[in-house]
This record gives sequence, structure tokens and C-alpha cells, in this order.
Amino acid sequence: MDNVNITINGVAVSVKKGTTILEACKKININIPTLCYHPDQELKGNCRVCVVEVEGQPRLQPSCCTPVTQGMVIKTNSKRVREARKAIVELILAAHNCNCLTCIRNNNCELQNISRELGIDSVRFDNVEEILPLDNSNPSIVRDGSKCIKCGRCVEVCSKVQGVGAIYNINRSHDMRIAPAYEEGLNNVPCVYCGQCINVCPVGAIYEKNDINNVWKVLDDKSKHVVVQVAPAVRVSIGEEFGFDAGSIVTGKIVSLLKRIGFDRVFDTNFTADLTIIEEGNELLHRIKNGGKLPMMTSCSPGWIRYVEYFYPELLENVSTCKSPQQMFGALAKSYYAEKYKINPENIVVVSIMPCTAKKAECIRDEMNDSGYQDVDFVLTTRELVRMVHQSGININKIEEKDFDDPFGITTGAAAIFGATGGVMEAALRTVYEIVTGNELKNINLTTVRGIDGIKEAEIPVGDLNVKVAVANGLNNAKIILDMINEGKADYHFIEIMACPGGCIGGGGQPIPGNIEVKKQRMDGIYNVDKSKLIRKSHKNPAIIKLYEEYLGEPLGHKSHKLLHTHYAKRELYEV
Amino acid sequence: MILVSKLCGKISPLSLKDYKENGGFEALEKALFKMKTEQIIDEVRASNLKGRGGAAFPTGLKLQFVASEKSDIKYIICNADEGEPGTFKDKILLDGCPFQIIEGMIISALAVGASYGYIYIRGEYPQTKDLLKKAVNILKEEGFLGKNILGTDLCFDIEVRTGAGAYVCGEETALIESIEGNDGRSRFKPPYTANKGLWGKPTLVNNVETLINIPYIISLGSEEYKKFGTKSSSGTKLLSISGCVANKGVYEIEFGMTIREIINEICGGVETDKEIKFVQLGGSSGAVLPAEMLDIKIDFDELNKLGIGLGSGAMFVGDESICILDFVKTTMEFFKHESCGKCTPCREGNRHINKILNRIIEGKGSNRDLELLVDICELMKDTSLCGLGQSAPTALLTTMKYFEEEYKEHIEGFCRAGICNLKKGAVVYG
Repeated sequence: MDNVNITINGVAVSVKKGTTILEACKKININIPTLCYHPDQELKGNCRVCVVEVEGQPRLQPSCCTPVTQGMVIKTNSKRVREARKAIVELILAAHNCNCLTCIRNNNCELQNISRELGIDSVRFDNVEEILPLDNSNPSIVRDGSKCIKCGRCVEVCSKVQGVGAIYNINRSHDMRIAPAYEEGLNNVPCVYCGQCINVCPVGAIYEKNDINNVWKVLDDKSKHVVVQVAPAVRVSIGEEFGFDAGSIVTGKIVSLLKRIGFDRVFDTNFTADLTIIEEGNELLHRIKNGGKLPMMTSCSPGWIRYVEYFYPELLENVSTCKSPQQMFGALAKSYYAEKYKINPENIVVVSIMPCTAKKAECIRDEMNDSGYQDVDFVLTTRELVRMVHQSGININKIEEKDFDDPFGITTGAAAIFGATGGVMEAALRTVYEIVTGNELKNINLTTVRGIDGIKEAEIPVGDLNVKVAVANGLNNAKIILDMINEGKADYHFIEIMACPGGCIGGGGQPIPGNIEVKKQRMDGIYNVDKSKLIRKSHKNPAIIKLYEEYLGEPLGHKSHKLLHTHYAKRELYEV
Repeated sequence: MILVSKLCGKISPLSLKDYKENGGFEALEKALFKMKTEQIIDEVRASNLKGRGGAAFPTGLKLQFVASEKSDIKYIICNADEGEPGTFKDKILLDGCPFQIIEGMIISALAVGASYGYIYIRGEYPQTKDLLKKAVNILKEEGFLGKNILGTDLCFDIEVRTGAGAYVCGEETALIESIEGNDGRSRFKPPYTANKGLWGKPTLVNNVETLINIPYIISLGSEEYKKFGTKSSSGTKLLSISGCVANKGVYEIEFGMTIREIINEICGGVETDKEIKFVQLGGSSGAVLPAEMLDIKIDFDELNKLGIGLGSGAMFVGDESICILDFVKTTMEFFKHESCGKCTPCREGNRHINKILNRIIEGKGSNRDLELLVDICELMKDTSLCGLGQSAPTALLTTMKYFEEEYKEHIEGFCRAGICNLKKGAVVYG
């Protein structure tokens, strides 16, 4: 690759041809403020905050989308540049709802940081902030147009990464807003509630619906027996909010703080992840043996479920009937657990800590009350739990580690990897192989399905059958596979699909920022949990074996069918 | 001086016979049968033709950029989205002689190796659109468009498209977005359209008037063509002249005439008994010049030296009855309405400019407001994503420079023209 020589603030630098000014500056440790730029996204050049002076150019140039050329002389800190950047941010602030103290992104806001970095001490322009109604029409996501800075990141992630396109730029000029078509609520458009828009929002314009107060309320109610489950991906990400590196495993601390907060029992969603593997693995084998609909697709990701219900209803029969681990947990908590510990299920409240915003909508689906009650009552995202911890005053850094409670406390490495893309597939194959062949699987690390790639494929010999599998994460990647199925070009047996890029570790409820680098670290954390487990195959989990003996009987049996399986329905894209 | 528009109004626009009897398609035949493609580009380069859409970019160079790109397909777009307020010269050409524009497109296609073309015409010209569609169909039937044009290897087809009325779609990248079916919002450059334009392919985007010049350059030869106009600006320019002149309309003039000559000799002077106060050159995005500057020549170099663009060639002549601030307010309302909203300086800047102008016009302005106006204007010029935001403040900036006193008078509570709801009269400074 050819190099070009440039000068930045008087310093000679040699960089690869095609490098942007922004990247070149980063190389020599010059930080240029940006707002619309996001490391995982396409270049936009909308916000103009990153402008720099380039000798010979009559106008300032946006550094994010201007490639360097041989001999370019760049100034990043001239008076002209500083004043322009300040004025641009002032224009944004004049139109922004600056109620920082009550904003969900206070202290984690890119606009706040930039205002501070640029030394903005007043806004010269008239306040033109518009008080727009909040869109809290749905159970998962709230949009606050008064905070939106129109950077376009959410639009890109929604259309290009997720292939959904629920929100878009509407109107022109200063009336330009980012909103669903005809400014409908998100509930009236095919939003899958994945929350990826939240993860890329630089400010507090999109966030999860707050269920913290609902949870405090039941915790304060002494007549309630409040149990909580923690999803696999939360334990490797929540530490980021308390100064730990991404990927640090803080499982024991989470258990401990949840107990301090006042939950009566703290359980592990990994338990029902193991259970999912048993049910789903058997479902796959049943479909293969009995000529059922193939390829079978996983069903743990509620964003993905909404997606297939909206956009590919013709493939609903291909989706596993297994409930997600969250919902299996809820159903068991208010049946098996209630019976076993003689607690009136009416008084049991199930709370989930999830890396996910779509889970908030999943738990109120009409079908999700097989225990006779709403199986899961409240879902908190990882970020909401962080806020609860702050509110409770617990010092997570100093807190002792504790174990999950029985009977949903013993889990395997196979369940742990549910949190990363490819994990469900790997876990399922570990079990399916041994059920079919009766032999022990020697190398249980199926590395071909691991990693951050959008689509992964593998072929695994299981007895006489070569099991062909595919793994997709990010719904636009799912779309590629689904189109292949519809065109008859996909001869897979089993497909794992996760709505969010990277899987649950990149979920819409995870700490912000969560760019690719952070996701890779969380993923490493997930596989470290797996490695640290004595038991790494779901069917070897003694608590699962006990559950079948004591209560469920057999996989795909009558009780399983009632409590652990569900069905799906086509959704209309736009109500006419 | 009439060159490129000489057939307009003289022949039946859809009569191929008329067109051919008047030299139509001779240039195409010459280009096809007697010239190599490089020679066509060389001829256009040598002619010193500059883009007539507003940016005055050398057309030959643009042709060369697209020609040198390697690609399975290249496109040519005729930019007929004539949306600049006060500009109506392309319409005369489109209505008067559509074949000539298409001939310019075919010759350009031959030169750059393009196989498909679009004529993107503004939505507010529905009749012209129908006419162009008919013209394209006639040429398809007669073998001037489609496969193997005039029996040669040249294959080139044209489709007529319209926008929905957004001014910004006259900007080439927004225009391309619009053709692609997206919202009309400009792209950042680079990549330039010559490298990655429509559907990511090399694309030549030229204004109607630029294209109509090409058959003449090929027929006459660049030497002959350069005899028209001045050293830096060869050929002629169509001007759309409106305002207080006696004869308003579209005129084709030879480069080198002064504004005063145009007003007095071509337009028959001023129709009212008032003095000329200003001329806005280049449409709403153009500079507002005071009467003392009427002796400048219509010539790219000369205008450039003064930091003024000719733009699309619109000329609005205003007399003393007009209040400069009221006039600028109208202009700025236009840009506030037409900003696409994509980049911060243009989206937010335009609305603040309008707020401040309104405040001043209502007699509530301050000197600080004047400073703010300059700051916003300079910011927009310096940092906006596309030509719309960069040129939107031109009228405001030039009036603040040349008519500073009128701004000050408004701050003091006077409007000398008596248009604003303030005391009538002028404050005498000095």
C-alpha cells in the first residue's frame, strides 16, 4: 500500500493512502471531536464538528470523511478551527434539550463531553429547543426528540445493520427529525425493539423504558416473593460501568449486590439456557428424524422473533418452538419452583436482568403466561441494573462474591456461551453429538462458529449425519440467510440467529459505548466463563437432570410442551 | 449575440426535420465518424468551455475525469433541475431545442464512454418534461438513441426523471440520491461524481446550457468557438433577467459585456423613475452588488477577482423602492425552507439567520445581532456540507458589506425604503 506524507500541526507524518484526516490525527495522538462519526459505522459527514483547516482549501474540511493526499498540510487547532467547532456545537446546543441533570445519559454523553472539551461556556444563539412529545408507545424503547442531535447513527444501524428501517429522517431543514414514518409511535411500525439505536445514540434521545421503579415497588412489598434471574451476557459487561475492563467476569458480585438490593432469591438464566439446549437439541433431532421443517432456527432472541414475524412470516414454522431461556425461567419459577418451595405463585414476582430491550416486550406477549400468571414480570437492562446499584449505594468494587441460589443455580459452560454469537449453536452441538452418538465429544471447542463475523458456517459430523449449520448475528445478516432459504439455496439443518451484532454481549441493553473492540473483549469474557466451568455440556448439568426427574419428565414431553414451548404469529408491517 | 439559443423559437422543437435542416446532428456525425474520442475531449478542453450551472468548472476536464475512469458502466446526467430563484434560462433551451441538448449528451457519452443517461428535470416543469420524453422517443425511433447509434458501436439511452421540487436536488450529489430513489440530500465529497456517482459508478453531470454548447464546439471547432466571449470566458451566456428593467426575460449575451450595458442596451433600462439600487447576480445564492459596481464585466475571471460567482446567470435588478433587509429576508426564508437538514451549519444556521433578521426588521435588533449574523454566515460558508449551505449566506454577507448603513439604520429604528414597519428615513452617519 502506498504511503503519503502529510503535515499535521507542523509534524510530518507518513500514513497509508486512503487514510482519513481523522485517522491520521489519531495516529499522532491528536484527538478531534466528533459527533456523527462512529467507529463501527459508515462515514456521514453530517455534524461538521470534526472540521480542520487544510492548506489550499478555501473551506474547512470534515476530517472524518476527507482522505489525506500527498503533501497535505493540516491544522487541527487554529483559531478558525476552534471557533468553527464551537459555533457548530453551540448551534446544536441551542436546539437541544439541555436538562442534563435529569438526563439518562448524564455523564455518559458525547455532546456533554464535546461541550466541555471545546470550552463552551455560553450559547450565543437563541434557544430554539422544541419540546416534542416523548414516544413511549411501546414496552421497550423511549424516543425523546428534544434531545436528538440528528447525527443519523440510529437510522443507519436500524436500516443497514438490522435491515429494519423503523426510523428515518423525515421533513427538511430544522424541521428534519428522526422518527418513524408519519411520526407514528414505534409500536405502530415494524420496530423489533432490538435497541441497537440506543447503543449508538451519542446523547439521551433514545433509551430503554425504565422499569426500575416497578421493581423497587415490588421489593418494598413484603407480601411479594421477588426472584431475579441474570442473563449470561450481563456478567461480562456490567463491570465496565464500575471501572472494570470489558470482559471482566463479575458474576459473584452481581449475585451479592442483587441480594443486598433485596431480592429474595437470585437465580441464573444460564440454568434455563441449559434447559433450552436440551429441549431445542431434541427438537432438532425430532425434526431431522421425522421429516419436520428444516432448517430449524433458534428462538432465544426476541428481537429476531419480532423480525421474522414481521418480515419473513412464511418461515415461522422453521423457528424452534422453544421459549427463550428468560421465558422458560419465568414459567418454571411460577410452577416448579413455587410447588417445590410451597410458595403461592400469585405472590412470586419474576425480574430479569437482561442485556436486551426486546426482552421487555417478550415478557408481555400474550402467550407468555403458561404458569397461569405472567411468567416474567419485569425486565431490567444491564444499564438499568447499574442505575439501581447507584441508587442503592452499594459499592460493587468492594462487595464479596456469592453463588446463585438453588434450584436454578448450577449451570454449565455451554449455557454461558449463549451470550455470544455462535454460542447457542456450539452448546447445542455439544449435546446433540453426544445424544446421537453416545460417545463423548473430545474437542468441545467448536471455534468455527465463534467470533464477531456476521455469518458463520460449519459442517459437523454427528454419527452418520453431517450436520450443516449457520450462525448469523445482526438482522441484516439474518436476512441474507433467510433469503437463501426462500430461494432454496440453504441446505442447513440448524441456524442460530441473534438480532444484535455480536449476540447478546452486543445487546441493546448493554453498557454504552459497546463498539466492536468492546464486544470482542466481552466475548473473550464469555468464553472464559465457559473454560472455568467444570461441566461444559448442558445435558451433564445435574440440576437439569434433577428437574426432568422431579418435574418435567422428558424433553419435548407433556409438561415441557406446556411450559417451555410456544408459537409465533405473523405481524402486519403497517396497520392499514 | 445569439449562438446556442439560435434555434429556440425558430424551429418546431419536436421536428427532427427542422433540426436537421438547421445543422442538427452534424456535430454528432462529425464526432462519430471523423473524430477519435480523445479528440472530442481535446476540442472541448481547448474551447475553454466552463460549466454553466453555477460552479464554472472546466467542462473538458470533467469529461476527461469520467473518460479516464474504468468501469463496466458510466452515466451521464443532464441537470435540468433549474431551481435557482430568478433563473429560467434552461427552460427556454429545453422547450426550444431539446434535440440539441440531447445531441450534446450523445457526444459527451461518446467522449467518456457512457452508455446510459438521465435528464433530471425539475418537477415544476411538467410540460417541458412531456416534451423531453417525446423528444427522447423520437430520437430512439430514428436511431439517434439506443443500440448502435447511426450504425456505429455507440450505444446510449436516455431516461427522463423528475424530482419532487426540492431546490437541493439541483446539487449534483443530491440529484443522484434522488434518481436512486432516496431523499434529496447531498453526499460528502470525495468521492466525486466523476469517480463514484450514480449507483456508485463514474458519472458526468452537466447543466443543460453546458450540454447545448457541445454540438457547437464540435461543429465550429474550438478555435472558431473561442472567438466568442473573452479570454477567460469563451462563448456566450444565457441570462435570466428580472426586476425593475423594462424588458425582462432570457437573453443570450457574449461574455465581456458589463452589467450596465446589459441593463441599458439589452433590457431597455429601468422601467420606473427610480434609480437602480442593486443587482443580484446568480440567483438567490448570488452576490448583491451596489449600483456603483455595475461596470463589472460578465467574465469568470473578473468576477472571480471580486469573489463573486456568476452562478446560473440570473440577474435581478432592484431599485430604491426595495428595502435591502426585506429583500434579504425573503432570500433567507427560501434557504431556510430548502435546507435539506443534513448538516448542522445549514440546518441550524439558516433558522437563526431568519430569527435574527426578523428581529432586526421588527426594530428589536442590536449590534450584537449584526455580529452574530456575520459569524453564522461565515460558519455556513466555511463548514456546510454542500453548495446550498455554503452559498446560502452570500446575499446576506454581500449586503452587510455593501449596504452596511441600511442594517445600522434598522438597528436604529429606521427603514429608508419605508417597507419595514419602522420610521421612514435614513440616519446620517459620519
